[in-house]
Amino acid sequence: MPRQSRHARDVAVVAFAQSDHLRRSDELSEVEMVMPVLHQVLAATGLKTGEIGFTCSGSSDYLAGRAFSFTMTLDGVGAWPPISESHVEMDGAWALYEAWVKIQTGEADTALVYAYGKSSPGSVRDVLTRQLDPYYLAPLWPDSVALAALQARALIDAGETDEPALAAIGARSRAAAAGNPHAQLRGAVPQGGYQVAPLRTGDCPPIGDGAAAVILAAGDTARRLCERPAWITGIDHRIEAHGLGLRDLTDSPSTRTAAEHAGLFDAPVDTAELHAPFSSQEVVLRKALGLGEDVTVNPSGGALAANPVMAAGLIRIGEAAARIQRRESDRAVAHATSGPCLQQNLVAVLEGDRA
Amino acid sequence: MTAASPPEVLRAPLVVEFPFTRSLGPVQSAFLTGLREGVVLGVRTSAGQVMVPPVEYDPATAEELRELVEVAPTGTVTTWAWNGEPRPQQPLATPFAWALVRLDGADTALLHALDAPGPEAVRTGMRVRVRWAAERTGAITDIACFEPEQEAEEGERQGGAVPHDGVFDEPVTGIVAEARLDYTYSPGRAQTAYINALSERRTVGERCPSCHKVYVPPRGACPTCGVATTDRVEVGPAGTVTTFCIVNIKAKNLDIEVPYVYAHIALDGAGLALHGRIGGIPYDQVRMGLRVEPVWTDGGRYPDHYRPTGEPDADYDAYKELI
Repeated sequence: MPRQSRHARDVAVVAFAQSDHLRRSDELSEVEMVMPVLHQVLAATGLKTGEIGFTCSGSSDYLAGRAFSFTMTLDGVGAWPPISESHVEMDGAWALYEAWVKIQTGEADTALVYAYGKSSPGSVRDVLTRQLDPYYLAPLWPDSVALAALQARALIDAGETDEPALAAIGARSRAAAAGNPHAQLRGAVPQGGYQVAPLRTGDCPPIGDGAAAVILAAGDTARRLCERPAWITGIDHRIEAHGLGLRDLTDSPSTRTAAEHAGLFDAPVDTAELHAPFSSQEVVLRKALGLGEDVTVNPSGGALAANPVMAAGLIRIGEAAARIQRRESDRAVAHATSGPCLQQNLVAVLEGDRA
Repeated sequence: MTAASPPEVLRAPLVVEFPFTRSLGPVQSAFLTGLREGVVLGVRTSAGQVMVPPVEYDPATAEELRELVEVAPTGTVTTWAWNGEPRPQQPLATPFAWALVRLDGADTALLHALDAPGPEAVRTGMRVRVRWAAERTGAITDIACFEPEQEAEEGERQGGAVPHDGVFDEPVTGIVAEARLDYTYSPGRAQTAYINALSERRTVGERCPSCHKVYVPPRGACPTCGVATTDRVEVGPAGTVTTFCIVNIKAKNLDIEVPYVYAHIALDGAGLALHGRIGGIPYDQVRMGLRVEPVWTDGGRYPDHYRPTGEPDADYDAYKELI
């Protein structure tokens, strides 16, 4: 069955690797954490650094408190002779978007995308308050769990979920992660007490360190490098108004708009990898993306099983692509988010060639 | 040369503080000055919606917004979350609710803390009022928090937004956004070994297994080859000045007389130069190729400076690749 393409060039994910996600990794510098996943995707494709057309990474210095840490992790790429390289202070899914655009322009045929987050040196709940509006929000230090809890309460008040349903999302995610050797939390974990009510420990993501890498390739190059490339048939990202009080926290119109532009609603999907660090956010995303019960959601365990900040969104794209490469999926949607209460959202639709 | 074994990794507290000074536009200036004066201002869109806290541009149309209105210090909770364990820099030290509050006269909600005895005392739709901070400076923290309001009769609610010129004496035109983040810094395996060796007055680098270059200080990876550096190599102690500059400006809090020389020094056996100060020789006699050695001071954790060894200068060809 021919694939419909809406873009100048066909671009696919041809390789994906991720680290084991751990609560702490003191013995590893960031570059030491990143290097193995870079080597894995290069080995999977047989490409050498010098053959990669474009390299792009996603990370945030605030997590580990290390200035310009992305220039240090670039040591793991092998940047000699000089390479074409860029960085986003965002989840690596946005680095992948930049790389995809670069390939669309024809300036590159292949791209290496990587992302990492080392949350263990600091307090990630406090660190993430620094991405908020500095005039009205950041001086109050509302942490990431508190903001997610406001959203959860809004959903419960609207009758869209309740605490047992949220607990079931966490339990389902960690049960699925039992088959994911990289996940930080696998199998049954206690739901625990309230972190910020109505969210309990089990509704919140683990805090940890981890990294991921993806290789993108265009057209025949992708076919040469991968037996069944995961074609990105659509990708788009959108943002909400920044004031939390301006938004309907029970909905995610930016996700829906991104999905429309990515062509999600043109045909059914069998798999969804959703970047929902909090159980309540899966409720919002399922609604925005119109996912029915027949869609397998987060078979990897999702961000509730491993949430390396800045890499967890890229991992959703990688997991969806890997499932297509393994012929466990024909058409999948991957979602990545950044910022409080699903502030920014990226949606990618991936498809494998049909026999 | 020894194979690198993982030592106990070093750790130290690291504090990052940043007091950003931010200027305010006309809308944010009026809002924050209003808070100082005990007045809550919003902004009206062309569609008639009143936004509190006010924004400068309509999020739906991107139209510039300047029509200020005053709203009531009372309002209704639109959603909330119970914060049983407040974090250090949050508005209240005792357990409280985070709440989005739609003030009377506003169409959008403001995030702040709500002081309540427990979660059973909070519900969506409850009536609350502003508790003002005792000392106000023109910041969002001039609202100390919200507190529950006695249930008002429908008719008693302070209704709509009234026009306000936004003019105050001595308006606030900027804020200082203070922040402090606490970390436990760990330099990782490679730099731990480097720092531990320095405490024994030795300098160790790591060799790239591919290009054989020795990196000092080691960072754990060869930036040229993109592979882990694994073999630990002791270098120096002597080295060669590959290039230098003469510093003529005295740095604040630095007890070194100017002029002095700051140099790139390729320690013997190292594949790239590190930098250090040159002493024990007049500044105008330092030259490329000068052979130097480290000078340690009592209790010093790294060489205080480098001084001439008295050896003949190195040939240019011996260090030209390291400049």
